[in-house]
Amino acid sequence: MSDVEEAITRAHHEEWARVIAALTRRFGDLDIAEEAAAEAFATAVQRWPADGVPPNPGAWLTTTANRKAIDRIRRENKRDDKHKEAQMVYADDPPEPLGAIDDDRLRLVFTCCHPALAMQTRVALTLRMVGGLTVPEIARAFLAAESAMGQRITRAKAKIKAARIPYRVPAAEDLPARVTGVLAVLYLVFNEGYLATGPDTDPVRHDLTAEAIRLTSLIRALLPQDGEVAGLLALMLLTEARRTARISASGELVALDEQDRGAWDAALIAEGHRLVRERLAAAAAGVAPGRYQILAAINAVHTSARDIRDTDWSQVIALYDQLVRLDPSPIIALNRAIAVAELDGPEVALAIVDRLAEALAGYHAYHATRADLLRRLGQSQQSRAAYDRAIELAGNTGETAYLTRRRDQLQ
Amino acid sequence: MRYLVSVIDDKSNPGSTDRQPAISAFNERLIAEGYWVFAGGLASPDTATVIDNRGEQAVFSDGPFVESKEYLAGVWVWEAPDLDVALKLAAEASKVCDRKIEVRPFQ
Repeated sequence: MSDVEEAITRAHHEEWARVIAALTRRFGDLDIAEEAAAEAFATAVQRWPADGVPPNPGAWLTTTANRKAIDRIRRENKRDDKHKEAQMVYADDPPEPLGAIDDDRLRLVFTCCHPALAMQTRVALTLRMVGGLTVPEIARAFLAAESAMGQRITRAKAKIKAARIPYRVPAAEDLPARVTGVLAVLYLVFNEGYLATGPDTDPVRHDLTAEAIRLTSLIRALLPQDGEVAGLLALMLLTEARRTARISASGELVALDEQDRGAWDAALIAEGHRLVRERLAAAAAGVAPGRYQILAAINAVHTSARDIRDTDWSQVIALYDQLVRLDPSPIIALNRAIAVAELDGPEVALAIVDRLAEALAGYHAYHATRADLLRRLGQSQQSRAAYDRAIELAGNTGETAYLTRRRDQLQ
Repeated sequence: MRYLVSVIDDKSNPGSTDRQPAISAFNERLIAEGYWVFAGGLASPDTATVIDNRGEQAVFSDGPFVESKEYLAGVWVWEAPDLDVALKLAAEASKVCDRKIEVRPFQ
């Protein structure tokens, strides 16, 4: 990649959301902001190779996008009163001061992740407006048709405008719930990358995991005091650190106990552990941790062990117990049972897992876990049936390959 | 911004019927805080008549334009600065009426 191309890519990563956010605030219209930002970046691609990279790329892009937006508004002659009336609501000052680091981008994130939009719409809109992914990229990421994804985003922008979804940081009393909504969007993006679905899809989509981490880091910079933001970022970093060790050369998923721990990314682990320690200090001071912080702590236990046998399973189970109290979902109970198998043996774990049969009958990990426990108990025939069911339900190519090998190795 | 706020009744899961005092109190507050534009409860959908006069002569039909389990039990019109304010009020309205609420902006 040439220096100019690199500069454009970097500017796109660093400045896209800022340009969109500044324009949305100025013109009160996401659609105008999006189109003008895209045009400004296209102009940069044309001009920078000949003219050189401007000293302040962000300012250049914002100025250029502003001009494009004004051109469009003039062209459409839309600056009449009716248009002004339809403008999005924004407040120059958030209802509660957020401290030194406030940012237009934060308003943008809260608008894109508004609870009045469907979850999938929030994900698509956030990837487009904050992440700067193109519509075809988002469509590919979620195995949707490009036209359908384009329509989804267009409809969302129209609803934001027509129903007047505000462009601002929520009031302090609403902030925790709204931040939870934002984190759910980011976690969904990450998980789709980490356990990608689709028969022709790579088992791990690094573009999506990297994007989720980048966006979560941004939210972390904007809301540095929020424990769950730190927790989610730590969780993503500690998961991402194992990415390369988790898939074999032949594209098969490698279970935690078989992974080459030397291949884990030490820098990501160090950063993740630093965040977990920060949250442990807060917990010691009496701030109850939320689910992402607990999940991050569980991952920190795994990434602290040099060997699977070194793992502090009682600590893992204690953390799961804490998590179950927050979120008594059967999926968490299933993951807890996997840890129980290591501490108390597969028989105890199987009894727990079997109690989840009704709730998790359609969930591949339930059958995969049962298959593994039955295998360890020497019940090959039942184990095989459970593997069959897990393979049928698994949507990830690496996982399917792993489960198939395990099944075929049964005696 | 004006919003049409619909109170949705559900025949299979009807809400409680003794809501009037709470609704009246809620209405007083909407008026005091400047959100109230209009409110009205509706008689049962069976009392509706549909008129179609797009053809040669007006045709009257007995009953609502769509038969469904859910139907409109009443409406408000609110004036609110943005959807967040309207949704917050609607969440209260849902509790007060013990029914689902739809919020839809006027054009």
